[in-house]
Amino acid sequence: MSIDTQLELLRRIKRIRHVEEEIARRYPEGKMRCPTHLSIGQEGVAAAVGLALSKDDLAVSGHRAHAHYLGKGGSLQAMLAEIYGKATGCCSGKGGSMHLIDEDVGFMGSTAIVAGTVPVGVGLAYGIKLKKHKQVSCVFHGDAVVEAGVFFESVNFAVLKNLPVLFVCENNLYSVYSPLSVRQPPGRSIADMVKGLGISSQSSDGNDASSVYQITLDAIGKIRAGQGPQFLEFSTYRWREHCGPFYDNDIGYRTEEEFNDWKAKDPLTRLRSTLEENGALNSSLENKIDKEIHLEVEAAFQFAEDSDFPEASEAYTDLYAPAITDGASA
Amino acid sequence: MSTISFAKAINMALHQAMETDPTVICYGLGADDPKGIFGTTLGLPGAFGPERVFDMPTSENAMTGIGIGAALNGLRPVMTHQRLDFALLSMDQLVNNASKWRFMFGGKRGVPLTVRMIIGRGWGQGPTHSQNLQSMFAQVPGLKVVMPSTAEDAKGLLLASIFDNDPVIFLEHRWLHNLKTNALNDDKTIRLGEARTLREGDAATIVSMSYMTIEALHAVDFLKNHGVKCDLIDLRTVRPIDWDSIEKSVKKTGKLLVLDTASLTGSLSGEIVAKVTKDCWTDLQAPPERLAMPDFPEATSPALTENYHVRAEHIVARVSEMVKLEIDTTPLAKSRTHPHDVPGDWFSGPF
Repeated sequence: MSIDTQLELLRRIKRIRHVEEEIARRYPEGKMRCPTHLSIGQEGVAAAVGLALSKDDLAVSGHRAHAHYLGKGGSLQAMLAEIYGKATGCCSGKGGSMHLIDEDVGFMGSTAIVAGTVPVGVGLAYGIKLKKHKQVSCVFHGDAVVEAGVFFESVNFAVLKNLPVLFVCENNLYSVYSPLSVRQPPGRSIADMVKGLGISSQSSDGNDASSVYQITLDAIGKIRAGQGPQFLEFSTYRWREHCGPFYDNDIGYRTEEEFNDWKAKDPLTRLRSTLEENGALNSSLENKIDKEIHLEVEAAFQFAEDSDFPEASEAYTDLYAPAITDGASA
Repeated sequence: MSTISFAKAINMALHQAMETDPTVICYGLGADDPKGIFGTTLGLPGAFGPERVFDMPTSENAMTGIGIGAALNGLRPVMTHQRLDFALLSMDQLVNNASKWRFMFGGKRGVPLTVRMIIGRGWGQGPTHSQNLQSMFAQVPGLKVVMPSTAEDAKGLLLASIFDNDPVIFLEHRWLHNLKTNALNDDKTIRLGEARTLREGDAATIVSMSYMTIEALHAVDFLKNHGVKCDLIDLRTVRPIDWDSIEKSVKKTGKLLVLDTASLTGSLSGEIVAKVTKDCWTDLQAPPERLAMPDFPEATSPALTENYHVRAEHIVARVSEMVKLEIDTTPLAKSRTHPHDVPGDWFSGPF
């Protein structure tokens, strides 16, 4: 992989990290009045998959979607404004943090019910196939999704119809505060289990962003070559609480030791070290990257804060398509 | 006198049911996690062990069906969803199996399953974390639907639900969890299908459910200070509905206002108005009225929820129209000091 690609990957991880850290820092101000699920610690997957996908490719995600949205090229300003409940938000203030969309970059929506968008992503792929496009439909999801019946039903259909779907599973070990041990039997490999449905499937380290990028690029290549859906499981870890800005190691559902082990595998530190060792990154370059990100993020928060709230009457719009008037075509 | 919160009352009911009957089991996503589903399941794992209290895979439909099977085989499962919206994944098992089993097998066996669902509101819960779908469940013959408003009723009704021999949907409004009531009588269960008259008067009948009852209490007390005394009937169970209490009251007052936490169209409030209109036609002195939510999902932005929910002042205004008396509702709205999208100052998000 070229140094430029790795630097771009680093820049994307840093950007997502910085946005999320700023959300965490500002959340207690009480201006972001919606449930907010941060991806700090697991940005490697979103950044790398986002970079491997092209703008034309489609993607869907779940409740922890900030990183996927940004990774796919979604508007930072529109995302923050949405979290602030402003009219300039990507859902005009109607969706909030758990519902993000930017169709201009192929991010087709994220919703809050676990596994809710898995069949939607497969349906997008069916559309791609019928239209004979070369796009890929990427379904971002977590480890809990493979416990939902709709996951199996959706993968079955994707395999049956040889659809261009990329399933990206971020296995962060927890569903809210429920560890894998209370949800799936010991010793199981999610990737192996899913393989049983007849889909090409593999698992690897989600905190090694360069390798995530390469693996994803290969999988996308296979899909574009008509080899059918691909399933990728990436192990990673969420640092902060399930929902909200704080750390929650004190409440007893996971150990400090486990947390520290995973923190030592930080995808950001790891990539940065590699680049430093290769002489591709020095402090002046890093300062330049950091400064650009800082300015962009600062401006986006300012945009969100300065934006107007939607008019009260907007609460009662968008339920149905506009009525088709006489003479107009649908 | 000591007081107890609605969430603690639920917790006490679960403890009591599990102590009384070893066949009661309790499960759901997060049932044994450190937060204990807003405190409602705290202490249960330690007291009753992992076979009777357990977390579960993120498999709502299967786990509901498994609850049905367990119930058919002698257990009394209590399943909990942190939001009602997650339970929608289990509609097939609830509607096609749980509700029909007794009927379609000629009464051979019923399904004593209790499914707790928590209804969210405010703080950006938004379109998929704040749905009030009681009328949808109540529309299915074979399901019972319970919606308590006070801590005392929550405890008595949950016990009754668990020991009921049919499937019960037990709906807890998140905005009630921290409301406190007087200390509870430990052994009290409350029969399903019995409403409770919380205030008495002859100016109008107000029929209410779940969190709307709290707003109604503020409204009714405010109205009383203006010389308008109303009957306030808290339904407690929305299927079956206590028609006798409603009818008796309407025959006395001649006026009906129904408060519903759900969207207006197709709501239980419509059902109540329809039946009262037919059964009490000659007693009615004014058209029956309803206050419910708009026929739109709840948006996430606080700017879009400011006027979305029915509050005490709206109830007062509607009653004052019905009794043809002008009442200034400004003091009532002004008495609320916390932001509109939280149930109280104690709430700082994110749940």
